[in-house]
Order: sequence, then C-alpha cells, then structure tokens
Amino acid sequence: MRYIPHTRDDVAQMLGRIGVGSLEELFVEIPATVRLKRPLQLPAPLAEPELVRDLKALAARNATPENHVSFLGGGAYQHFIPAAVDQLISRSEFYTAYTPYQPEISQGTLQAIFEFQTLICQLTGMDVANASMYDGASACAEAALMAVRLTRRQRVLVSKALNPRWREVVTTYCRYLDLDVVEVGYGADGRTDLDDLAARLDGRVAAVIAGYPNYFGVVEDLAALARLAQGAGAKLVAGVNEGIALGLLKSPGELGADIVAGEGQSFGIPVSFGGPYVGFFAARMKDVRAMPGRLIGETVDRDGKRGFVLTLATREQHIRREKATSNICSNQGLCALTATVFLSLLGKQGLREMAGQNLAKAAYAREQLGRIKGVDLPFAAPGFNEFVVRTARPVKEVLAALEQQGILGGIPLGPDYPELADAFLVCVTEQHRRADIEVLAAALAGGAA
Amino acid sequence: MIVGTSGLVLNEKLLFEHSDAGRKGYSLPALDVPATELPDGLCRQEIAGFPELSEVDVVRHFTRLSTWNYGVDSGFYPLGSCTMKYNPKVNELAARLPGLADVHPATPDHLAQGALEMMFRLQEALAEISGFGAVTLQPAAGAQGELTGMLVVRAWHEARGSKRRKVLIPDTAHGTNPATAALAGFDVVPIASEGVLTLAEVEAHMTDEVAALMVTNPNTLGLFETNIAAICEVVHARGGLVYCDGANLNALLGIARPGDMGIDVMHFNLHKTFATPHGGGGPGSGPVGVSAALAPFLPGPWVIQDGDRYRFAGSSESIGRMLAFHGNFGIMLRAYAYIRSMGAAGLKHATEMAVLNANYVRARLEGGYHLPYATRSLHEVVFSDRDLPNDCHTLDVAKRLIDYGYHPPTIYFPLVVKGSIMIEPTETESQETLDEFCDAMLAIAKEAEMNPDLLHAAPVRTRVRRLDETAAARQPRLRWEGVGEKG
Repeated sequence: MRYIPHTRDDVAQMLGRIGVGSLEELFVEIPATVRLKRPLQLPAPLAEPELVRDLKALAARNATPENHVSFLGGGAYQHFIPAAVDQLISRSEFYTAYTPYQPEISQGTLQAIFEFQTLICQLTGMDVANASMYDGASACAEAALMAVRLTRRQRVLVSKALNPRWREVVTTYCRYLDLDVVEVGYGADGRTDLDDLAARLDGRVAAVIAGYPNYFGVVEDLAALARLAQGAGAKLVAGVNEGIALGLLKSPGELGADIVAGEGQSFGIPVSFGGPYVGFFAARMKDVRAMPGRLIGETVDRDGKRGFVLTLATREQHIRREKATSNICSNQGLCALTATVFLSLLGKQGLREMAGQNLAKAAYAREQLGRIKGVDLPFAAPGFNEFVVRTARPVKEVLAALEQQGILGGIPLGPDYPELADAFLVCVTEQHRRADIEVLAAALAGGAA
Repeated sequence: MIVGTSGLVLNEKLLFEHSDAGRKGYSLPALDVPATELPDGLCRQEIAGFPELSEVDVVRHFTRLSTWNYGVDSGFYPLGSCTMKYNPKVNELAARLPGLADVHPATPDHLAQGALEMMFRLQEALAEISGFGAVTLQPAAGAQGELTGMLVVRAWHEARGSKRRKVLIPDTAHGTNPATAALAGFDVVPIASEGVLTLAEVEAHMTDEVAALMVTNPNTLGLFETNIAAICEVVHARGGLVYCDGANLNALLGIARPGDMGIDVMHFNLHKTFATPHGGGGPGSGPVGVSAALAPFLPGPWVIQDGDRYRFAGSSESIGRMLAFHGNFGIMLRAYAYIRSMGAAGLKHATEMAVLNANYVRARLEGGYHLPYATRSLHEVVFSDRDLPNDCHTLDVAKRLIDYGYHPPTIYFPLVVKGSIMIEPTETESQETLDEFCDAMLAIAKEAEMNPDLLHAAPVRTRVRRLDETAAARQPRLRWEGVGEKG
C-alpha cells in the first residue's frame, strides 16, 4: 500500500524490538468474543487510475452550472472564486496541520484566523468574532444558546422568514434543553411581521432571530427588530444567509444586533453539495466570555516579538468540560482561511462591486420575470440577490418544464411554507450573464409558467 | 540526523497593515445589466480598514504565513488522539472535480445521482466497518457527531416515556464528552477507571436514572476496554444505552467492531481514521452509527437506495437537522476515496501498522520516560514527566521537540496521568522516522539531566519563541485595531 511504508523486514525487526512473535500478539487485550471473525465486506481496492475513473463517473451524473443554467440559492450560492484561492489553501502546511495547539509552529494558521476574526468584525460591524463555526445554521443555534446564557431566559423567537433549515437546526439544539422555540410570522412584504413580534415578546424571551437577508432574499428592518427585542430585554440575533450582501448592506452591528451568526460559503467556498462551509459568529466585547468556539488573540513572545495564540480557553470544553459554553472543538479552519484569502483578494472595492452586481442582476431578473403573464412577485420589500416567484401553473410543472430546457429554475417553497405552495425561490448572482436571465424569462414566457 | 534546523524565514505583516488605497486583487466582467442602488438607508459606507491588496500581495502574504506552520506533510506529527496520518493527494483531487464540487445542495435528487450514490456507498461502508445498523453523514465534526448521538439517546428514551437525565463518563474521557452531555440536557456523573473501566464501577453507578454511559474504546490511554461486552450488558439490563467516542477507531479496523461489542451509538472522525486532512482545525466530518433500534431518530435526511436510483429520506421520529444541508460532502468524498483505495485488507493492515508503530515507540522509550500503565498499548501510548530532573516538565519536552523538528505529542491529556505525553504515531510513519523521533526524545531526557536550560529555553529555532498566553487572556486583543493606513 503506497501510504504505508513498512517492508516485511521492518515489521519483523520492529516486532523483535517489542518482544512479540507476531502482529496478532499486539492485540491480545481484545477478547476473542468481540473480535471480527471474517474480513470486512468492502469493495476490492482500486488503484489510483481506477479510483479517478470511478470518481469521474460519479461526477458525470450530477447537474452543475457546466451543463445547466442554475438559479438555485437558498443558503448556498454560486459565486466567482479567483484561482489564487485554491492555490493558496492547497499549501499543505495549512491543510495538513491540526488545531494550533503549539503556537510556535502554528503561527501561519493563527495569524490567518486572527485576520479572519478581524474581517468578520469589519463586515458585521461587531467587536469580536470567533475562529468559525460549522455553518450558518449551527452558528444561529449557538447564538440562541448564548442569548439564553446571557439573559437566563428560556424562550427563543425565530422569524418564519429565516432560512427554514436554520430554523430546524435551532430547534434541534434547543428542544432537549427544554427551551421553547416560537415562530414569528412574516408580513405581506416578505419581512418579519413587527406586530406579531411585539405581541410575542415578553420577559421570557431570550433571543429574537431574523435573517439578514432573510430566506426570501428580503432585507429585514433590523433596527426595528433590535429596538423591539431589546425593549423586552431580549437579544437580537442577525442570521446572515448570504455573506456577499454585507458588501453593500448596512452592517448588523450598526443596526443594533447583539449577535451576528452567518454563513460564509459565498466567500470563496464551492457549493460542494452542501459542505464544508463556514459559519461566522460575532458579538459585543462585553459578552465575549459567553461566546462559543475558539478565539485567537495577539500577544508577544519571550523576545517581545508579536505572535498569536488560542485564548480565553476557559470557556471551552477541554478546560471547562460540562460547564463549557459549547462542545465545539474542530471548527472549519481551512474554510475560514479560504474566506480570508477570498476577502483579501476582493478587498474593499471588490466585495462592494460583487455585491452591486448581484443586486443589479437580481433586480434585472425581477423586472424581466415580473412582466410575464402568469408570473407574480409577491414580496415588495427591497431584496438582495434572491426573490420569490409565484406562478399560475403548479410549481412542480414549471420547474420540470424549465429542467427540460436545461434550467434549474429555483427551489420550491411549498415543502417549507404550505402557504407558498405556488411559489419558488430564484437566485441570481454575478455569475449569471444577462443572456442567462433572458433564457429563464423566455422559457417562462414561452409557456413554462 | 536531527531534522530541525534554522533557515531563512520571512517576516510578514498583517493583511491590514499592507493595504494601499486603490489596490485590488480581482477582476469581474463589466456589468451587463443596468446598475441599481439600494433604497435610502439600507446601504453601508465603505468598510473602514478592509484590505486593499494586489493579487501578488495576497499570494506572498499567505505563502509566507504557510511557512510558519507545521503539517503532516512537513514531518512527524504524533499528536495523540488526533490520528495525524498522511493525507493522500488523490483525495484532494476527488473533492475538487467540478462535477462534484459544483453540485448545489438543493439540486433535485434525480439530477444528483452521482453525489447521492457516493453518500450511499460511504454510509454502507461505515456501517460495515463499525457493525452498526444505520449511519448518518450529517454531523460536521466529531463533537457535533457526539451531540447528534446523545440527542438520539435522548429521543430514544423519550419515545419510551423515560425521563432519565444522568450520563456516566469515565475520567479518561475527552473534554467534549461531558460538554456534549450537558449540551444534550444531561447531568454528568464522573466515574473512575483503573486504566480501564471495571464492571464493578459501572454497576455501582448504573441506576434507573442513568440514560447512558459514554466510553472511548480504545480509551485515551491507548488501552482496550476489555470489559466492554459485560459493561454493555449491565447498562442495557438497567435500561440504558452505551455511547462510544469513535476518536480511536484507527486501532480497530478489521479487527473488532463497536457494534458487535454491544455499543448502541458511535461517532466517526473521518478526519482521523479515514485520512481526511485536519485543515488547521477543520473542516472535519463526524458521521454517527447506531443500532437498528435507534435508526429512526437519526437526523435526516439520509440517502436510501430505491431500485436503481438514490434519494433522500427521513423519519418523523428524527431529532431534526444538525446542519443546514447534508454534511461536509467534500470531506465525505475524501474518506470515500480513501476507503476505496485501501479496501478491507488495506484498512486492517493500516490498523496493524498503527498498533505496531505505537508499541515500537513504547519499547524504544520505556526506561527513558515513565510509563504509567503496563498494559499492552494499541494505537497510542501515554508516558509522563514523573522521572524528569531539574524542574523539567512535559511542556519543556514538547517545546524542545520542536527544536528537533517534530510536532510535539498531545500533552497534559488524559487528565488521569499527571504530566502526560500522549504519542500516536499512526501507520504512515516508517521505522526510520520513528527511530529518529525516539532518538530525539531520549536525547531530550538526557539534556534534562545534563543541560536543563536547553529545555527551559526551547524552542529557539522557531520564528517566534514561547508566547505569553497569560497576557493574551488578561488583556484580550482579538482583532486588528489599526486605522487602515499603511504603517
């Protein structure tokens, strides 16, 4: 086996040094009653060329933007990724290292994550960001638990317009801790219904969680949400569904959010059938000791030279065990590095330009689709790069007809929102050319809708 | 040969200290639709301090940073309990094939058959390797796998009307175990081990209030829990379940299966046992295997075979999602590629060589360092600093090892051994590498006697020396605070 260097002679010599006669003797502590008495039933091993053929055969059976025009979004976005990103994260000193437990030989990872924390603070308008979470959904769930710790209250209000899969993860994390998760409705314009929120807020509520942008691609009135939540002593958690939007939208920090939990997949990470992505998590400095996850801090070495270390670890599982703020250990380190490289390349101008192109192309698509008979755009509130489309014909038929023309038209909303059974979610990014948008419009106008 | 040496290492500022107004490192096509603006009040000002760099600035920056790191590709990385085996390069290619990397997670099942088939095959392979009835691939890392497993335990008890709230956890456990139990709403009851868990200790604590026992097998001392089958019987007889932390599965491939020992739930660490890279702290992947009785409670959806097609399915009894999508697919692909490359015989060979390597290191270092447990080791071995003279401690040995060119072992864990040094060589290291490492360890023990200052001063060959962690915690500086102008 090419990954295992031992020759027959090596094995014999090593066994001799250990003082046993066979490999079998090394396993004497495992009782015969629990031994496996047959070989594992796995497919025969593949040589490297055979493996590559097998993988390519799997790859050939999937729809991608190479063979379809895709308008799928809903929490995973197809954005341009500069070639330098993958080149840099493929430096194996980065990707074959583990968590930076030995700072003297991990300064590369540590400085890069310190830069990631800074970039996330700048984007979100918050004081402090951690070294990453698994994804936006689990970051939101951890934000809910942090709000519970801070307020010592037991109820979490979640906007129905928050990504429904994120809502489900928040519920999974909360239900066995005996926390109530209560939904807040959305209004006719696609934003969280402020009256419904006001009616549900009371002294039991720890957190209010809303998307920014929300699942419908709509920009919430975060300032109003923050005022209401904080007026009742609750924390406002902004769940950033699409990180690129922060290139253009006012930061959640500026609008008063207490915690920002978001998805950073858009920052240079391929959609990769759902993962690995990178959750980001930011808060106010006064609350830092209640935060989950790893934090990198700046310090000096014995000679006074600047360096970086894991810090405030007394919040974490390896020190605090059952009293830790979270059980998270490995996070998404390499994906956080990916985001850092991506944001460095795009920089101040690039992120704004990319965000602007998303906004403009989605607006153009909205306008083109809105003119088509049988197509209706139900939500009027300002949006970013996604919007809801309602069709006269059943959604299933519309999407099937589009698929016949090589178009993945969007994500049906019915399974998550029975009241929107006649609607689907369309995402347009800077990767779509005007012609792609016109192909979608023509297909819908030509009878698909 | 001493591997560690000094060479030219380049300094590098923070990204933000490099910025120059107007520089950029990207290009986008000209906008081909009319430009639009956000309505008043929604749009932010330009982001103060955000980097402005050319492509070459960025490439040099991160290339220099990478040279300050130490990875498995740099050298020996015997970090106990982390299984830092070699990460095969073809697996990286697997995760980057456009037909796999560019599949959107909301793609309809019938247009993602290749992705679903890979997931199905991986579920089946992990079930066979571990002896469990069902596997979910969704959890993003080991700790999330633990949480998934313990929530499944909660759901199983609740479905039977049982309100058990206690979880037994041995003193050798990873810190994630008690943290996970708490996050799943359980109260932790610590129990003592004598190297391995005794039946009497479990019997003494196993009451009708105990929902589960969490074990690690082999445990964090590298010892097989020899009483595991009887322990599982006792826990089951009193209505509890047994959770296994699968961090140390690399000791058992093709030799024994946790599912056959009576264990009900276990998480895998694909980034340990199945050779996917650790990424400087993730992404990992933490699938969970369960006995057939617990399968309906797993987080959905999972992949099923339906004739010659594959599709996602779920269950109304599921604990619910743990992540927005289907898990760390890119990591699953690497693990799939590894399992397909190794086959059954290759996986068993990997385990045998991992155990051989640990025992070889043990044989070579015994006498030079104190060995607290005499029981035969499996994939890792734990020494301690008990016998080191001149105020030399485990931390000093670890830092001196860096000067010799090695990543130190796991230190001060497990907690049951004072000053522990936990060495896990893995199967991908040659006898020559192990000999050089053991020579270094023994040389350091000698230095502790003859010239302890070498240990106390270490490391001296690295770009930075020992860092002041106390100052970092006392006055936390967790982000760059400059003004964004070039310094």
